[in-house]
Amino acid sequence: MPKTRPDAGSGAPIASPAGAPERSRGAALGRARRRRRPDMLRIGGRIGLWPFVAIAAAVFTGLLVLWTLATANAWVKPIFLPSPEAVWDRLVELARGGELADDVRVSVYRIAVGFALATVMAIPVGLLIGAYRFWEAAIEPLVDFIRYMPVVAFVPLTILWAGTEDTQKFLIIWIGTFFQQVLLIMDNAKRVPLDFVDIGRTLGMKDRAILMRIILPASAPGIWDSMRISVGWAWTWLVLAELVAATSGLGYRITTAQRFFQTDTIVGYILVLGVLGLVTDQLMKAFGRRMFRYAEERR
Amino acid sequence: MNDVPKLVVRELRKEFDTRKERVEALDDATLELAVNEFVSLVGTSGCGKSTLLSIVAGLQEPTSGAVLVDGHPVDGPGRDRGVVLQSYTLFPWLTARENIEFALRGQSTSAAERRSVADEQLALVGLERFADAHPNQLSGGMKQRVAIARALSYRPEILLMDEPFGALDALTRQLMQELLTKVWERHRLTVLFVTHDVEEAIYVSDRVLVMTNRPGRIKQEVLVDLPRPRSYDMLASPRFGELYGEVLESIREESVSGERERGMAA
Repeated sequence: MPKTRPDAGSGAPIASPAGAPERSRGAALGRARRRRRPDMLRIGGRIGLWPFVAIAAAVFTGLLVLWTLATANAWVKPIFLPSPEAVWDRLVELARGGELADDVRVSVYRIAVGFALATVMAIPVGLLIGAYRFWEAAIEPLVDFIRYMPVVAFVPLTILWAGTEDTQKFLIIWIGTFFQQVLLIMDNAKRVPLDFVDIGRTLGMKDRAILMRIILPASAPGIWDSMRISVGWAWTWLVLAELVAATSGLGYRITTAQRFFQTDTIVGYILVLGVLGLVTDQLMKAFGRRMFRYAEERR
Repeated sequence: MNDVPKLVVRELRKEFDTRKERVEALDDATLELAVNEFVSLVGTSGCGKSTLLSIVAGLQEPTSGAVLVDGHPVDGPGRDRGVVLQSYTLFPWLTARENIEFALRGQSTSAAERRSVADEQLALVGLERFADAHPNQLSGGMKQRVAIARALSYRPEILLMDEPFGALDALTRQLMQELLTKVWERHRLTVLFVTHDVEEAIYVSDRVLVMTNRPGRIKQEVLVDLPRPRSYDMLASPRFGELYGEVLESIREESVSGERERGMAA
């Protein structure tokens, strides 16, 4: 194809005998290429790391701008929604005074213990009921039954049982996540191909060895994902418990702020909770990718 | 050759209940494999050939009948019978080498020994360069080669294969048949090979057994008198054509009668 790039670029007519058909074909190709959407807007398309980060950041920035406009133009009263500057100033103040760090430390500690307890117990139970029909019959309906009970309703009960100290927070986190995790992990264990189990049998492995050395590693990537999802719920239940009865923690600070109409503190802490959740999720995703590289589908 | 057959399947019957009805998968299936014999089992889909293999592997229990290895009845799976299935059964969290080492763990061997056996087995199937690759980095054919290497690694005396190349494309399948035949011709062992591909069955086997429709029985035996070592140009030989025609006709009768029965039932 005799191409005259500079001409085509400047839009000047191509002076060649085959010019006319060449040009029209070229134009059609160009139009087709222009009409084709960017890869990231097509199903199954891909996106680079930087475009991804840029788009995500743009959405956050857009919301921030909207928030600034809403408060600067007094569309809403500051008592209902304080301005971003007010929230920022309040957070800086709380950070300087050390309250923010203390609150985060206390809440993260409660999450870590409560969530670890729930997970450590949910993994064996979930694997067991995913692998053995007997244990499924014995435990799964019960877990399903408890799972639908409102966690909120357990708050007064757990205060009666365990007071308002850390133990009660662990208990609420445990109630809110354990039963959900058991079912998620059971599903992971059930999805292990039966042929894997059969191969274990033909290798002379006993059921216990099959459970530990085939079903557990085969469901590990799924279990990690289940943990990632359920840690978000753990945050919800923790803050709830701290709102109702606590003497420290992020939720406690929110309740006291409410008493004094400090909406800037409330909004600031809600944002801090959002950031903590986002960071946890991204960290777990990154760890998961690293640990379970073998589970990635290659195209 | 030994007088006692390596593997005997005697009057095997298998029924199982589905939600709707009782299905008779096998009825009086009987066969014998001599020591180091390579036998294929062919039949229409759903004729019970995979069920039969699964019972021989000890993964399913027969309703009645017996499976004997070296004259002794078997009860459950065991390391005397290696198994390769159609689905990809390499463990995705282990590398090719680790998958083979996994199979060797039951034996009282040192880690160094297991590693050297694993490497030896990988070389046997031509994959020594992929020892450290995980299954998601291997093609379908490579995965099945590792699966064969794994099944052979602990030196079972019988190898049971259930359509091991069924999920592969035609060209890869052909290469795998050649590889399997070469491996078998060098390291003899008794093989029971289930397939629905007639050409494949004849190419790899000493004997082809054709099964009836469900409930499955052995209907016909075709002795494959092609010389060993086998090579792909034999496919064009007149004898291959005759054997192919014979087996195909036998299966075709079953498909036609199966269709007719289904038609009448409808």
